[in-house]
Amino acid sequence: MEYAYYPGCASESTARDQHSSSKAVASALGINFVEIPNWSCCGATAAHQTDRLLAVSLPAPNLLTAQQMGLDVVVNCAACYSRLKMANHEISTHPEIREKVGEVLGRDYDGSVKVRHLLEILHEDLGMEVIRDRIKQTLNGLKVASYYGCLLVRPPEVTQFDDPENPTSMDRLVKALGGEDLDWPHKVECCGGGLALTRTDVVVKLSESIIGMAQAAGAECIAVACPMCQVNLDLRQIDIKKAMGKKYDMPIVYITQLMGLCLGVPYEELGLNKLMVSPSRVVDAIAAVQNQS
Amino acid sequence: MAIRIKKGRSGKSIRSIVQEMSDVDLSLCFQCKKCSSGCTVSGMTKSPPSEIIRRLQLGAGDEILERDIIWTCSSCETCYARCPMGIDVASVIDALRSLAIEKKAAVPEGNVPLFNKAFLKTVRAFGRAYDLAMIGIYKLGTGTFMKDTEKFPTMVMKKKIALLPVWGADRKTVRRIFKEVDRDKGK
Ligand code: SF4
Ligand code: SF4
Repeated sequence: MEYAYYPGCASESTARDQHSSSKAVASALGINFVEIPNWSCCGATAAHQTDRLLAVSLPAPNLLTAQQMGLDVVVNCAACYSRLKMANHEISTHPEIREKVGEVLGRDYDGSVKVRHLLEILHEDLGMEVIRDRIKQTLNGLKVASYYGCLLVRPPEVTQFDDPENPTSMDRLVKALGGEDLDWPHKVECCGGGLALTRTDVVVKLSESIIGMAQAAGAECIAVACPMCQVNLDLRQIDIKKAMGKKYDMPIVYITQLMGLCLGVPYEELGLNKLMVSPSRVVDAIAAVQNQS
Repeated sequence: MAIRIKKGRSGKSIRSIVQEMSDVDLSLCFQCKKCSSGCTVSGMTKSPPSEIIRRLQLGAGDEILERDIIWTCSSCETCYARCPMGIDVASVIDALRSLAIEKKAAVPEGNVPLFNKAFLKTVRAFGRAYDLAMIGIYKLGTGTFMKDTEKFPTMVMKKKIALLPVWGADRKTVRRIFKEVDRDKGK
């Protein structure tokens, strides 16, 4: 199993933990990530809030390179995933945009390379059976609230990822790892990640409602698949306390970090030490089973 | 609630420019308000998304570019996902943002346009986003140096944020994209 891997800019800064944990997990499962050579920024929110042509053109060279590699693209970051898929969608459904992007790039791209999130690959190409077979230890019934956020599932016409209102792909993965998947209502609410530095007031309120709901549902941690969500929910717990007087101590872990723990990937590779809210509760739950066995 | 609008004075209406920019047929909206019910920031804005669509339908002028939702919107796409008529409300808001920048509408709270500019500046220079430079440019422009700075030492210690930009992107292509898009806008 081989894929053209698009790491995204956060992989070199705030999401180095997601980057290293997903690469380690992939290799433990026999999935080969071939990094797209000289990949460049997808433009993120800043580009689509500024100019449509810029937003469609920035992801294109990466998709073209992947096409030349003859591989499907795999992405970890939900925001990059959404921008790459949006570019494909716009280029393949609007001939006039395809032509304009062609002029901007100096090369024609037809918008046909398949872009997939790691979660899709784990379900569609690998299967939960394989994961169940490969894990060395389980989550030991850890109660996990799977949080999908906005950009994996919306707009559904473009991302075509799971069920847009009640996705379950992360939940099913948690179950395969031996954790308890929680049914909770804020799976696809928005945490305001795009406004993280500009409108702290908005972001603090949105994050509080998500973390508060997970806690009320009995979660011991929140699992995420997007660097914006991770950084936002993890970092803003201090501000929630300051602004609203509510104290939370909820670990926000990448789903790949949970997988890595179960697959026996060394801690350093999982980047667990980078999290602001200590994940010791999660690590201890898993270590407890290990000691028993 | 009655909606009062100020019509634009002359030239192409904002409505037709927005329709052209976003490929959205605004006449399809029948004001069911499902978009506003699910909107992430509906409780924090004076003009929820359905009202923006209504204002456009009625022929609103430049004043619409200063409605707070344009920059409070988190681009979560819930409005588009849930609209029974398939109206891409989020793209309508993106089009209004581009217009607001072009027409130099008043700077909103939090100055998101400056943030976006700072972000894109680093992409143009390095081919990839560079958090620290972007935050620096933004903070310089807004004079909010102290906000959030207490988190930096821990983030740096934990290596949760990169200190230096990363080389390796195809910068030539990225620069070409920015240049060509600028040229296209000038047309
Ligand atoms: S959901 Fe669609 S039809 Fe309903 S008010 Fe919003 S834009 Fe109009
Ligand atoms: S994209 Fe913006 S307007 Fe639409 S639901 Fe989300 S926050 Fe509201």
